[in-house]
Amino acid sequence: MAKSNKPIVWGLFAAGGTVCAFVIPVMILITGVLLPLGLFGPPEASYESMTRIVSNPVVKIVLFGILFLALWHAAHRLRITVHDFGIRNDQLVARAVYGFAGLFSLIALVTLLSF
Amino acid sequence: MSQRQITFEILRYDPETETEPRFQAYCVPCEEEWVVLDALNYIKDTLDGTLNYRWSCHMAVCGSCGMMINGEPMLSCKAFIRDLPAGTIKVEPLYHFPIERDLVVVLDDFMDKLESVKPYVIPKKQRPIEDGPYKQTPKQLHQYQQYSMCINCLLCYAACPQYGLTPEFIGPAALALTHRYNLDSRDKGRRQRQEVVATHEGVWECSFVGACSEVCPKDVDPAGAIQQMKIASTADWYLEHLMPWRRS
Amino acid sequence: MSRNPYVREVPRTTWYMRNNRYIRYMLREVSCVFIGLYAASLTVGLVRLAQGDNEWTHYLNGISSPTGILFSLLAFGFACYHSITWFNVTPRAMRIPKGDGFVPGPAIVSAHYIIWAVVSLVFLLMMGVL
Ligand code: SF4
Ligand code: FES
Repeated sequence: MAKSNKPIVWGLFAAGGTVCAFVIPVMILITGVLLPLGLFGPPEASYESMTRIVSNPVVKIVLFGILFLALWHAAHRLRITVHDFGIRNDQLVARAVYGFAGLFSLIALVTLLSF
Repeated sequence: MSQRQITFEILRYDPETETEPRFQAYCVPCEEEWVVLDALNYIKDTLDGTLNYRWSCHMAVCGSCGMMINGEPMLSCKAFIRDLPAGTIKVEPLYHFPIERDLVVVLDDFMDKLESVKPYVIPKKQRPIEDGPYKQTPKQLHQYQQYSMCINCLLCYAACPQYGLTPEFIGPAALALTHRYNLDSRDKGRRQRQEVVATHEGVWECSFVGACSEVCPKDVDPAGAIQQMKIASTADWYLEHLMPWRRS
Repeated sequence: MSRNPYVREVPRTTWYMRNNRYIRYMLREVSCVFIGLYAASLTVGLVRLAQGDNEWTHYLNGISSPTGILFSLLAFGFACYHSITWFNVTPRAMRIPKGDGFVPGPAIVSAHYIIWAVVSLVFLLMMGVL
């Protein structure tokens, strides 16, 4: 039996799980509920304020960290969950979910840097 | 003393004459303070001498009387009938293990796994007897004490879905015992045990369902032990791969 | 006496229906779908924001639709379930030494809940909501 390479992805999963547990509920509340309910004003006003917020370098770093960890946490857990549902094609699933997480992390990084 | 007639549906299997198990019902006059094991003993003594099951201590220390009671892994000597919901009580051999006969399961798989993790103190070097006993402080004892309470009853294996789905998984009790020896101040065998622990079939098959710890009659918390070993194995991995010069 | 052990198969795709404990576990695991989709949707939101006023308005309309709001509420529920299940098991995965023993589990769990509340408040304050 060879030692497993799971620690690479598991380390990110565990770190991501902790970060998500602290910040994701309140973030969903803000961007998923309060923002659509118009708490930041009409679209033009929220466009202004959101652009200002994500232009802040500290926000950029924190937001990228959160998105990256949330995506990896979700990807790894989804890999296990798919297996739990009885789909045993683990290597293919792993490539798909980590690929998805990697792609979106990259998009988030490039976009944040553009502000 | 109040007596109640209770029906027990017991899974029977005779490997010599049957191809698959079947339920058999027995009506037992149960005393108020009886546990399920008492009812089984009543059946064996007065109703049907052919019923097979394991037990020994009748006090939750030997670990031999584990079975599924209404679908939940329990020690039958600790399962008070008055605590179970009224109605028929269903008794089956522990899930996830092959049935040897009636309520007796085949334990070979667990025994092999337990052996593979070297569940004994491996000292740095053997000390001659004249040197006296190894000493341990209360603090050193506390490090592993919880994980040393295991009685090998295997309720945790019957509760663990990952073991049921992937029988290669080393499983809760064997891993909890691995942790117990790794944490022992007298022991220097962790590196040897990591060869089993850090594999896919070791801690990485676990997805922290936590069912093992919920059913454990001794509060061993195998799930917690496994997560601690995942963290330690992850630290090992990063040390080995990112700082190869530290591999001593 | 001849041996002929009988093996009971575990149903591969429906095993979790056997027990409430397993269903709770699957609910916890499925939270990842919502957290992942939310993170992806937020990333799309960033892209829309970078593209300009118009695209941002489109995105905003999307997440303000009944489906959008429903998703957010569901995701919020699952995210909270993730937080609760995660915090509750933390002391078992990470024991903190204290004296001869360890910091009691409930103390560690409570600390996590307090930090959770503080972090949430800080986020709301910084966004000018409170
Ligand atoms: S860890 Fe608990 S449930 Fe598992 S064998 Fe040991 S005592 Fe039994
Ligand atoms: S008979 Fe010994 S543990 Fe139940």
